[in-house]
Amino acid sequence: MVPLSYYLVLSGILFACGVVGFLIKRNIITIFMSIELMLNGVNLSFVAFAAHWHALAGQVFVFFVMVVAAAEATVGLAIIIAVYRTRETLNVDQVNLLKL
Amino acid sequence: MTPTLNLWLIPVLPLAGAAINGFFGKKSSRTAVSTIALVFCGAAFAWALRVAWHFSSVDLPYQEYLAHWIRSGSFTADFAFYLDQLSLVMLLVVTGVGFLIHVYSVGYMWDDPGYYRFFSYLNLFMFFMLTLVLANNYLLMFIGWEGVGLASYLLIGFWFTKDSAASAGKKAFIVNRIGDFGFLIGLFLLIQHFGSLNFVDVFEKIRPIAPETAGAGLLTAIGILLMVGACGKSAQIPLYVWLPDAMEGPTPVSALIHAATMVTAGVYMVARSHVIFERAPGALTVVAIIGTLTALFAATIGITQTDIKKVLAYSTVSQLGYMFMACGVGAFSAGIFHLMTHAFFKGLLFLAAGSVIHAVGGEQDMRKMGGLRTYIPWTFLTMGIATLAIAGIPPFAGFWSKDEILWKAYQANWIYWLIGLVTAFITSFYMFRLLFMTFFGDYYGHQVDAHGHARPAHGHDDHGHGEPHESPAVMLVPLMILALLSVVGGLVGIGNGFEHFLAPVFGTGEAASAAGEGASHGMELLLMFVSVLVAASGAVLAWVLYVSKPYLPQKIADTLGSFYSAVLNKYYVDELYAALFVKPLVDGSTNILWQGVDRKVIDDSINDAADGALHVSDNVRHMQSGNLRSYAGWIAAGSAVVIAYMIWLGVGR
Amino acid sequence: MSVHLVLFLAFAAVALAGAINLLAQTHPINSALSLIAVMAALAGEYLLLGAEFVAALQVIVYAGAVMVLFVFVIMLLNAGVEERTKGSRVAILFGVPGTLLGGVLIAWVLLRHSGTGDVPAGALPGAPATIGPLLFHEFLLPFEITSILILIAIMGAVVLASKPPSAPVPPREGN
Repeated sequence: MVPLSYYLVLSGILFACGVVGFLIKRNIITIFMSIELMLNGVNLSFVAFAAHWHALAGQVFVFFVMVVAAAEATVGLAIIIAVYRTRETLNVDQVNLLKL
Repeated sequence: MTPTLNLWLIPVLPLAGAAINGFFGKKSSRTAVSTIALVFCGAAFAWALRVAWHFSSVDLPYQEYLAHWIRSGSFTADFAFYLDQLSLVMLLVVTGVGFLIHVYSVGYMWDDPGYYRFFSYLNLFMFFMLTLVLANNYLLMFIGWEGVGLASYLLIGFWFTKDSAASAGKKAFIVNRIGDFGFLIGLFLLIQHFGSLNFVDVFEKIRPIAPETAGAGLLTAIGILLMVGACGKSAQIPLYVWLPDAMEGPTPVSALIHAATMVTAGVYMVARSHVIFERAPGALTVVAIIGTLTALFAATIGITQTDIKKVLAYSTVSQLGYMFMACGVGAFSAGIFHLMTHAFFKGLLFLAAGSVIHAVGGEQDMRKMGGLRTYIPWTFLTMGIATLAIAGIPPFAGFWSKDEILWKAYQANWIYWLIGLVTAFITSFYMFRLLFMTFFGDYYGHQVDAHGHARPAHGHDDHGHGEPHESPAVMLVPLMILALLSVVGGLVGIGNGFEHFLAPVFGTGEAASAAGEGASHGMELLLMFVSVLVAASGAVLAWVLYVSKPYLPQKIADTLGSFYSAVLNKYYVDELYAALFVKPLVDGSTNILWQGVDRKVIDDSINDAADGALHVSDNVRHMQSGNLRSYAGWIAAGSAVVIAYMIWLGVGR
Repeated sequence: MSVHLVLFLAFAAVALAGAINLLAQTHPINSALSLIAVMAALAGEYLLLGAEFVAALQVIVYAGAVMVLFVFVIMLLNAGVEERTKGSRVAILFGVPGTLLGGVLIAWVLLRHSGTGDVPAGALPGAPATIGPLLFHEFLLPFEITSILILIAIMGAVVLASKPPSAPVPPREGN
């Protein structure tokens, strides 16, 4: 028997890793992957709670999260390609035109 | 049945004249301006005469309600007018003498570019003074009080381009204000304890109160505070210093405001408040002492002055002292009597002095005059009559009123009488000195003065004439009318006629003196004789010093040395005030209030706030760096704080 | 120490190792492969919880399509080892400690105060047969909207990633 909190802690750690990755990585694609990592952590949390409360809606929600993540990855990568074409760099520190 | 007297017309007519001249006078001709001014002022005088005509057919005191003003809880003060014998006397004096001076000013100010402004201010003054006299409550009277102060400021500083005139106007207003402060506190006490400022209400409430003979109480405090106000307005010690400086204004102004009417407002106010004063013997004593001392003090200064108007100014202060002395010993009607006669002869003196100044082309220093009686005989005649009146020579007006005062003073305390007598001697002396220096001897005006040009410093008018000439008729006629009044004006006092006229106002408070009068009638006659003797000797001394042996005054001055120069410099009172009050105030204001508070605290706080905003925004702007990771960092940190807070909240329960 | 717990810990270790590796690697392709490992481990976790459909979806869609897309883009853009640039101090100074603090706090709360009970293996079977009706009855609206969302995403991706319009083709000779 695995306590629910174990699942949640794992989910939290994955999420935290995702955030840290977002913060310390410079390559935009890697940052995107950290976002995916975050979403995965959240999905685990959903499924765990769904199992705990016996509510299938949790799993359906994971389905939707995945769909949205896919769509988001699609469009995001397209944007990265477009930015790469103009800025010739994947380093997020060098895409800082929106500054004061 | 009491007919409506329409008292309100009397103040409002001059106000209308002031407004018309003020707004339209600049573009109008001088004839139009003078017509407006004279018509409105004359109409006020005519209406006052009509009021006097109907006086016996109205119930007294007559009150006329004009408009609702203040209703605050149980306190009411309205625009309402009050007429009794005292008001009637003041009314006739103010409108009558005022009208004569208006006529005189047409001639005196004819060449002045600010002609219309002068008449506008003069009519404005009449409005305020009449409001003061006719008010039925202290608050409306205070409006008139302040208003005449304003008119005085405007008129003293009439030639405002001249520094000394502007400063004199300021000085008058500020010193007046100091007196008004005391007046206001007195009014506040009245409101606090009697709930009203209406004369009728207040006096009704005060009448049953027993006199505060045991010690100082509320009524004494109120009385003294009212006296402070009167000191400011009527130029008594210690607030008299503005009156001599006020001579910077045109001479008709000095005549009207600083001789006949405005300065008498203090006396009127004290007389009106006699109910309060009669129940506060301490306050009455203060009034008497101030009046007596001022009379003597100012008279001594008047001996040495060389400017003809300054002599008259100190004379005014001295005569006002007599009026307050009279009020102080309880002889209010005698004080008002002297007020009336003083308006005649002092007004005449000033107007005649103006005529003299006009004749010699603007010179005011008496040392540069002399022997003018051949050049300006009518002025000499009228001025002579006025001098006899003020000196107290019978049967001229001043004799009756001054003697009344001295008699009542004697009955109260012989010291008052003695000082009054000495002052009468000095008064006679310096007035005849003025007369002799101006009209007798040789004319010194042809001499070039120290600056090397013949034009005098006071530049009143430059006809460019070398010979003194008589004034035009428009100036002489008022002189003659006032001279006539100075001759006969005192006769109303014979047989205590004036006192009986005012008895309904002041009551027969002189019950003691009335009872004792019969017995000491002989004493009264003796004192009368003594005062005439004293006045005559003053005249004789002046004759000796200034006509027969003109070298003597200088020798006496040299002998007295520093005492003489102290008197000449008005006992250095102005310098004392400047050092004691003015300088610390100005320095404190500059250093503390201006540099310290205004600059450092107020300005700097605003500037620092602006700078602070600038710095903060300068630093905060770095937050928007366009750098994705820093944004993410802030989000992460912020959300961590929120999570921590929510956990703390959740765990706490 | 039941089998369930052992399996859970095994999959959790793989997931965590993958996550840490994602952070540690410098080349994006290594990070992508680590992420695939994480997703596979998570699919195992879902199976432990009985969510078969979700686990299958995780492998097919997430690991199989999204990550492949990522790898394609990495290869397309020829992303290399990321160079060190002057980044943001704030991110390092405030963000990372903040995150760690948040994570630690949550973990602490969960472990100390969880009155929640155990979750048995296969607690909630989520077979396609059970999920399907839910999807097409209660959750029909979100279903349809997400399909539109995908459509838009496709269109957006096509537009964004297409080559920018080049200079007009010069007219052929002879015309």
